[in-house]
Amino acid sequence: MTPKAIILTPDEVRRALTRIAHEIIERNKGAENLALIGVHTRGIPLARRLAEKLSSLEGVDVPTGMLDITLYRDDLSEVAQQPIIRETQVPFDLRDRRVILVDDVLYTGRTVRAALDALIDLGRPAGIQLAVLVDRGHRELPIRADYVGKNLPTAATEVVKVKLQETDDVDSVELWDMEALR
Amino acid sequence: MGSHPRHLLDFQDWTPERLTAILDNADTMLQVLDRPVKKVPALQGLTVCNAFFENSTRTRTSFELAARRMSADVLTFAAGASSVSKGESLRDTMEVLTSYKVDAYIVRHHAAGAAHLVARYSGKPVINAGDGRRAHPTQALLDAYTIRQEYGSLEGKTVAIIGDIRHSRVARSNAELLPKLGAKVVLCGPAPLLPAGLGALPGVTLTTDPREAVRGAHAVMALRLQRERMSGGFLGSLQEYADTYQVNETLMQEAESGAVVLHPGPMNRDLEISGDTADGPRSRILKQVENGQAIRMSVLYHLLVGRN
Repeated sequence: MTPKAIILTPDEVRRALTRIAHEIIERNKGAENLALIGVHTRGIPLARRLAEKLSSLEGVDVPTGMLDITLYRDDLSEVAQQPIIRETQVPFDLRDRRVILVDDVLYTGRTVRAALDALIDLGRPAGIQLAVLVDRGHRELPIRADYVGKNLPTAATEVVKVKLQETDDVDSVELWDMEALR
Repeated sequence: MGSHPRHLLDFQDWTPERLTAILDNADTMLQVLDRPVKKVPALQGLTVCNAFFENSTRTRTSFELAARRMSADVLTFAAGASSVSKGESLRDTMEVLTSYKVDAYIVRHHAAGAAHLVARYSGKPVINAGDGRRAHPTQALLDAYTIRQEYGSLEGKTVAIIGDIRHSRVARSNAELLPKLGAKVVLCGPAPLLPAGLGALPGVTLTTDPREAVRGAHAVMALRLQRERMSGGFLGSLQEYADTYQVNETLMQEAESGAVVLHPGPMNRDLEISGDTADGPRSRILKQVENGQAIRMSVLYHLLVGRN
């Protein structure tokens, strides 16, 4: 089984994250009072990488956290398989911080909606922005990303697979046919 | 993980993996309870019925709060210590409650097997909140969780349970649960309050000697002397009982250093447990209450979300 297309190579993933880091600095006029919170699973290493880039570009340590949105999903009463609850860890005060929520793929927007609810229950940040590696379209809610690594028009029958060194031993973004994965 | 049980009536159908998942998810629920907003929308739109046919304060309020923390609507039916009996009247009552479109039942009843009966005809998940002397699974889960919090694991740990074993559903549920999670259980009490049959359970031993029971124990649980369930003849006198079986600092010297003391509540202070031990540094009694809510949130999640 092979993917339909390789959308991003390891170098392209790195460059996309570097560009996002620069955009974050530009929009926020530096990296002071920022926090990066990754959504499980692959949002977490992406948030950590962005924090490293912000630190090397601006000399500021940006705190990172992890967010599990399982208990905030809007389909829990319908799911057939019980979702595994993973760790939420935000070891800093959100008050007066601008939080950048980080995820790998933006699709229907429902995960982001759940993440916003979860985040607001943890505190009252000064603002929330959204960074994603891939925006594949097909939004079901009025949600958009502030920082996008790659805009990728897709069909609903396609699957976007993000692989990262930390979780999959390789950096890449692949496009697959759903049929091929069955 | 094994198949996904539909009810929590006892631990018969529950694999160690699924039980561990309940304990693991309780960690997350505890975090939720520690936040400014102590609520998640996981069970929004669902209705949980608290059907209590027997008096209860802590279990009922703990379940009620747990369901509310998960955003479920809660219908509380408290028959108190009324003349509701197992059989037709219980069934009639449950049928009335069913008409309220309930999604899950939490049942406490003075008759053993009552929760099974509700499970059989309600068609909805049922959690046994205590049925007669038979089982009280969420209490055992919170006890296990409290011990695990202390040691990181139950594997190879010894838990001594001392007191009125005969009338205790907590002791039975712990004797069923803890060995599944790798712990050894020593049940101890005066011979008339120590049913020999429990010694046949895997990982469970019996003794009438409290010093022997506590020796090498990592956790010691004192059980309430259930005077309301005794029709006389079991004990010589309460003082005699306290002199031998009270969990106190003297007895605890026989336990592992750092061993913790548990009690499912409510306590007969200075009868089955001394006041200074109940309030002392070894006591995890209030921690049990706090953990109870997290465990019950986790159980509700496991029974109401994603059934294979």
